[in-house]
Amino acid sequence: MNIPANKPLSYGLAVLMLLFSMLAHSETDATQQPLQDALAAIKQGSMSEREQAINHLVELKHPRSLVILQALLAGKLLVVKDQDKLVIGDAIDQDYNIVDAVSNEKLGIISAEQVGKINLTNKLRSNLRKIIGELELNADDDAVRLAAVKAMDKEVDARLLDLFKQRLAVEQNADVKEAIENILLLQQMDSADKNERMAAITQLQSHDSLDVVNKLKAITEKDADGNYAEADSDIRNIADAALTEINGRLRLYSSIETVFFGLSLGAVLVLSAIGLAITFGVMGVINMAHGELMMIGAYTTYVIQQLMPNYLGLSIILSIPAAFLISALVGIAIERGIIRFLYGRPLETLLATFGVSLFLQQTVRSIFSPLNRSVATPEWMSGSWQINDFLSLTWNRFYILIFCLIVFVLLMQILKHTKLGLEVRAVAQNRRMAKAMGIPTAQVDAMTFGLGSGIAGVAGVALSQITNVGPNLGQSYIVDSFMVVVFGGVGNLLGTLVAGFSLGIANKFLEPFAGAVLAKILVLVFIILFIQKRPRGLFPQKGRAADS
Amino acid sequence: MFNTNSKRFSKKMLLAPIAAAAMAFFSTVHAEDTIKVGVLHSLSGTMAISETTLKDTMLMLIDEQNKKGGLLGKKLEAVVVDPASNWPLFAEKARELLTKDKVSAIFGCWTSVSRKSVLPVIEELNGILFYPVQYEGEESSKNVFYTGAAPNQQAIPAVDYLMNDLKVKRWVLAGTDYVYPRTTNKILEAYLKAKGVNKKDIMINYTPFGHSDWQSIVADIKKFGSAGKKTAVVSTINGDANVPFYKELGNQGVSAENIPVVAFSVGEEELSGIDTKPLVGHLAAWNYFMSVDTTKNAAFIKQWKDYIKNPKRVTNDPMEAHYIGFNMWVKAVEKAGTTDPDAVQKALIGVEYPNLTGGVAKMLPNHHISKPVLIGEIQDDGQFVTVWQTNKVVDGDAWSDFLPESKPIIADWTAPISCGNYNTKTKKCSGQNY
Repeated sequence: MNIPANKPLSYGLAVLMLLFSMLAHSETDATQQPLQDALAAIKQGSMSEREQAINHLVELKHPRSLVILQALLAGKLLVVKDQDKLVIGDAIDQDYNIVDAVSNEKLGIISAEQVGKINLTNKLRSNLRKIIGELELNADDDAVRLAAVKAMDKEVDARLLDLFKQRLAVEQNADVKEAIENILLLQQMDSADKNERMAAITQLQSHDSLDVVNKLKAITEKDADGNYAEADSDIRNIADAALTEINGRLRLYSSIETVFFGLSLGAVLVLSAIGLAITFGVMGVINMAHGELMMIGAYTTYVIQQLMPNYLGLSIILSIPAAFLISALVGIAIERGIIRFLYGRPLETLLATFGVSLFLQQTVRSIFSPLNRSVATPEWMSGSWQINDFLSLTWNRFYILIFCLIVFVLLMQILKHTKLGLEVRAVAQNRRMAKAMGIPTAQVDAMTFGLGSGIAGVAGVALSQITNVGPNLGQSYIVDSFMVVVFGGVGNLLGTLVAGFSLGIANKFLEPFAGAVLAKILVLVFIILFIQKRPRGLFPQKGRAADS
Repeated sequence: MFNTNSKRFSKKMLLAPIAAAAMAFFSTVHAEDTIKVGVLHSLSGTMAISETTLKDTMLMLIDEQNKKGGLLGKKLEAVVVDPASNWPLFAEKARELLTKDKVSAIFGCWTSVSRKSVLPVIEELNGILFYPVQYEGEESSKNVFYTGAAPNQQAIPAVDYLMNDLKVKRWVLAGTDYVYPRTTNKILEAYLKAKGVNKKDIMINYTPFGHSDWQSIVADIKKFGSAGKKTAVVSTINGDANVPFYKELGNQGVSAENIPVVAFSVGEEELSGIDTKPLVGHLAAWNYFMSVDTTKNAAFIKQWKDYIKNPKRVTNDPMEAHYIGFNMWVKAVEKAGTTDPDAVQKALIGVEYPNLTGGVAKMLPNHHISKPVLIGEIQDDGQFVTVWQTNKVVDGDAWSDFLPESKPIIADWTAPISCGNYNTKTKKCSGQNY
C-alpha cells in the first residue's frame, strides 16, 4: 500500500494564478469558507489529502496563503488541540507565541503540550519549497529572491524559464542576476543552435557548479555500446576541454577539503590529548579516567543548556568555564583522594584510575540514565561555509579548530608566565630539588592535575557539539589521546599539538584509499614503528630529568 | 579503532568478575512454586543504552501476566542478570540462568555477536531464547525464536520503497564493521544487482564501532550523490555512531530531500537522546512505530508510561517484539500445559498473537514470525510518520534467497524435516553449523 499518491505537478498553473492575483493586488472579498475548508484538510487529512489541500490553498489566492505555506514549511503551523484551530507559532522556551493562521490575530502564549505540529514528508516539503520559491521570486528582499531562485534551479521547465527571463529583465541585484543567468546558460547548453551551445560551454567552464560538471560529463560519456551520447564532435571536444579545466580546479578543492578535515580531526585529538599531556606527560600519571573527565565536561554543557534553553549560544560559551571548574574539581578530588598515595607506582595508578573511570561512568548512568543526552547546537555553529558547489567548510569543525588553538596558546601562556606554571615545570624537572627550594610539591601536584583535568572538561564541551553525550563518551577518546601524547613526546605540549594535527591529516589522506577502518590501523602501525625507532616521540624531553 | 576495541575488551575482562560478584550479591532466594523467566539484557556497558529498556519491558509484561493470575496457576518470576555488554559473559550468564536458576525461557540479547555467543549454551542445555532485534538472518536454531525482523522483513522492503517510490538509482550502503551490516549489505548488494543496478552505482562503506569523524565519508557520499541520479543511503550504522553521522550530513548540507538516508537501527529510543533537527525527513524501516494509531498500541504506550512512571518515555520496535514473543510463549505454555522446553518449542510453532500495529503475528516453522513492514520519516519530535507500509504481514525468511550459497537452504522445525539448515537440493540437513 502506497500512502501518498503521486500527484502530477499541477502547481504550475495554480501558482501562476496566485501570482497574478497578487500582482493585481488582492482586496480579497472572497469569503473565508473555502480557506477554512482547505485548512481543515491540512489539519486532519492524510498526507495525500494534505498535499491536495496545499494545492487548493495556492489556487485560492488568499493573501494569507503564502504566510501559511511558509509557516507550514518552517514547522511553525500548529493546531491548538482543544480548540481544533490552526495557528502560527514561534517557539519560546517550552511555549509558543501564537497568532491565528487566518486572521493574524494575536492569541498570546500557549504551552507546547496544548499544540500539535502539522507534519510533513519529504515530498511535501520539496513541493512546498518550489511553490514558495515561485511566489517569492518577486519578493523585495534580495536574500529571499536568491533563495527562491536556488530552490527552483533543479527542475527547470519552459514555464519556469519564462518566469526566470521575466525576472532577469527587471532584476537589480548582482547575485540574483548571476544565479538566474547561470540557470539560463545551463539551459542554453541544450539549445538547438550549435554556436549557442558552444558559447554556453565556454562561458560555463569558469563556473564551479555541479550542474555544469554533470552536463559536461553527460556530453563526453560513452553509452553502453561505446558510442558517444553526443553526436557532434566539436561540442564533444570543447566540452572535454572545459571538463579538464574544471577537474583541475576540483582536485585543488578536494585537497583543501582534505587538509581541513585533517586539521579538524587533529583539533579534536589535540583538545582531548592536551589535558593528558599535562597529567601524563608532565606529571607522569597514567590517568585512565581522563576520558571520563571529558565526559563530565560534556554533561556540564548539557546541564547548563537545560538551565537556559533560550540562550543556546550563550550557554555554550558559559559551559567552557563551568566545565573547566567542575572537571578540575573532580580531578583534584581524584588526585587528593587516590593518586597521591600511588605516586611512583604506575601500574597501581593505572588500575586505580581505571576503577575511577568505571565509577564515574556508572555515576553518570545513575544520575542521567544510560541514554544519550541531547545537546543542541546553536545556529551559528551548524551548517557550513559554502564557498562553491565543491568546497564547503562546516562551521562546527571550524570553531573547534580555532577553539583548540586558543586553548593551546592559553595553556602555554599559563605554563610559561604564571607562578603555577613555573612551579609545575620545576616539579616536573626535579621534584626533590623543587621541594628543597620551598615549592609545596603536594599542592602543585594537585593544581597540575586540576589544570589537566579542567582542560579535559573544556575538551568535553567541544565534543558535545560533534558527538554523543553519553556515559561512553570518554572511552572512545582515551586511546587516541594516549596515542597522540606518546607520539608527540611525553612531557612536551608542542609535541602534542604537532602530533595531533599530523595524525589527523595523515588519517584523512589515507581514508579515501584505505577506508576508515584500515586508515586507523595504518596510523597505529606507523606509530608503533615510529616509537621503536624513537622511543621518546617526536619531541623528546631533554636534560637530566628525562634520563632518570 | 582496533586499539579502542582491544581496550574495551580489557576493560570488560576486568569488569566481569566485579559484575558477577555484584549479581551474586543481589540475587535473592526464590520461592519454589513459580515459573522463572530469564531476562538477559545488558544493564551496564555500551549496550545498556538500548537493552535496559527491554529489561523494563519484560518486567512490565511479567508483572501484567501475574496480575492476570500468572501462568498454569503459578506466578511468574523474573530473573534479571547483567551480562554487561560483554559477549562471552552473555554465554556464562545464559548457562547460569539455565542450570542454576532453571528458567523456563530466556528473553534477551541485542547484538548478533551476543546471540552467537549464547547459541552453543542454549543448544547444549536445550533452553528457549526469544531474540527481539532485527538481524542479518542466515540462522535458525531449534532453541531460538526470532521475534525481530529478518532481512526480507526490513532491508529488502526498504530498498524496494526507495527504488519504486523515490526512483533511487544510485546506492550507498553504509554500515558499521561487524556481522549484521556485512551480511545485510551482502544480501542487499546481490538484490540490487539482480534488479539491474550497475556495480558503479553502488558504493559500500564500513566504519568502526562508535565512529565519530564522518567528514570525509559524508563528503564522499555527497560527491557520489551529485552525479545527477537520485541517490539514497542505506544505513546499517549502529548505535552511537549515528548521531555524529546525521550531524555531519546536516552540516554539510545533505538534506533528506536530496539524499535520503534509510536506517535500520534508528528508532524512537535512539531519537529521544539526540537533537533531531538534522534528521528530519530521513527514513527508517521497522515493523512497529510508536506513532501508529491503533487502540492496542495506545493501550500499550499508556501501560508502558504508567509502569515506568515517566510520560516522556517512548516505545520502539524491539519492545513490540518482546511483547509479541512473551505473549506467544504464554500461549504456547498454556497450550502445552507444561514449561518443558521440548513441548513448548513444539507448541510455539503456529501460535498467533495480534501485532500492536494491526494484523496478526504467527510463529512460523522456521522460528521467525510474520510481521508488517513500515517505512517512516523522522519528525522533529523524534517520532515517525509512516509513508509506506506493506498491505499484509510478511513472513520472516531465515535463509536469504538472494545469496547464492543460502538460496537452496530452508529452515523447518516441524516433522519430517526438523532442521534449521536443510538443503533442498542435496536433501541434507547440515545440522547446527552456522
